[in-house]
Amino acid sequence: MKRHLSVYAMLWRNSLVREMTFKTNFILWIVVELCWFALQLTFISVIYLHTESIAGWSKWQVVMLIGAAHFIQEIFQALFLINCTNLSELVRTGKLDFLLLLPVNTRFLVSVRQVDLGSFVNAAIALGVMVYAARQLGFVPSALQIAAFLLLCAAGIAIHYSLMFLLATISFWTVRAQGIVWAYYNLFNVSRLPDSAFRGWFKVVFTFALPMLLVSNVPVRALTDRLESPFDILLLFSLTLLCLGLSELGWRFSVRHYTSASS
Amino acid sequence: MNKYAYVIGIGLQNTLVYRVNFLFRACFGLIPLMATIFLWRAIFEGKTGDTVAAYSLAEMISYYLVVTIVDALTAVTDDDWQIAADIRDGQISQFLLKPIDYLRYRFCLFLSGRFIYTSIAFVPVTLFILFQAEYFVLPADAATLGLFLISVALTALLQFLISYTMALLAFWILEISTFIFILFALEHLAGGHLFPLDLLPPAFGQVLAFTPFPYQMYFPVSIYLGKTAGPELWQGLIIQLFWVTAAYLLARWVWRRGIRRYAAVGG
Repeated sequence: MKRHLSVYAMLWRNSLVREMTFKTNFILWIVVELCWFALQLTFISVIYLHTESIAGWSKWQVVMLIGAAHFIQEIFQALFLINCTNLSELVRTGKLDFLLLLPVNTRFLVSVRQVDLGSFVNAAIALGVMVYAARQLGFVPSALQIAAFLLLCAAGIAIHYSLMFLLATISFWTVRAQGIVWAYYNLFNVSRLPDSAFRGWFKVVFTFALPMLLVSNVPVRALTDRLESPFDILLLFSLTLLCLGLSELGWRFSVRHYTSASS
Repeated sequence: MNKYAYVIGIGLQNTLVYRVNFLFRACFGLIPLMATIFLWRAIFEGKTGDTVAAYSLAEMISYYLVVTIVDALTAVTDDDWQIAADIRDGQISQFLLKPIDYLRYRFCLFLSGRFIYTSIAFVPVTLFILFQAEYFVLPADAATLGLFLISVALTALLQFLISYTMALLAFWILEISTFIFILFALEHLAGGHLFPLDLLPPAFGQVLAFTPFPYQMYFPVSIYLGKTAGPELWQGLIIQLFWVTAAYLLARWVWRRGIRRYAAVGG
């Protein structure tokens, strides 16, 4: 455990050095993410020019939801996204051999090799938007609510990570898995929307199979005391464990099929 | 046989390699579309009137379905990245030596890429529209459909030329992916991918009317839905044609300037 921590500290240092080599690019990527965040907020503001509420959610409640979804997505991006998309490259070139030989847990190393520091800046901006929305609602959360919110966000991040990592392990079978990994991006769009707008099969699939309607809705509902039942929290945590377990099974199964490449 | 016909042939073969990726992209793209439809249904249910900014629920859902169709027909997906890579890696040198025009060459590849993508996306998108058939509005008459198709063709030209010019910035800047993404975000919002532009407060709409963005998506869709008709429609088509011409001249000009700067790295 201690060794893993020191390895992780080293990886952070490396990422920092790498980012600082291309400073302009570092800042431009922050701007790109900011643009897409602004886009989502504009969309919601325009819709609320024409309606008072969407399925029981007021404007600033939805802004909080979008902020939370963006916060979760940015932290996920900071810690795991590049590593998930890089897995197919490691398999294709056979560089995974080298990582398998190191005296550290390989999944750990593959999952956290690079840290995208710019995403932390955007995560902070997302929190800023949430605070602003909370003030518009005249709402001051208690310490307990904030703690619950952060814990539930962590569960949401773990779900995104597990599912995308599971998708990335497909690259052990087909070279062009990157497209599949990027397809996951479409799911983030679902996690930004109020859960009560959805019905029928869509709600069932995106609650229980791909829990996109839980990952950011439950944290926001817990924060603002709008949970319909404590059962939602239990469901989010159980599904987090299930996803983590599934992705570990998928990873072990895939590594057993790894045959290396041209090295 | 015309040399550009060969280019189209090669383009068709090359893009066929990505058919599985295209199928994934088309199918996964339907998930956010479905989510948007649910969102609008919830909005209409919560309202007292039948319309939002003169859109009925069916018209609103049709708006997004037609956007999906126009997007499949006209969106630039990989072309700008390839052009930038050609310039960065010095691949473009060979086009300077051959009797081939790079813009036309690229346009042929764009056409073949769109043809393959549309053919592959056709089945999932059609099934999806049939699934939403009760909300799918057809164009008022054959003339509307014809004008819609003309406008879609102009949209494709405009999308291509703007992305092409953007990618040529690689002559000056080494890493242009951030610029491509920022432009893409702008087109997404100001073009009307996210919501019909007449939902905006009129002042914003009037400002946007002076930019090419509405003509990259919103304009043809509004023709389809009959939101733009009569003299306004003809005026719009002329403006769209104007933007296509302007984008073409700009593309040619930027190319001439870029070639002068070109250092043939690694070529």
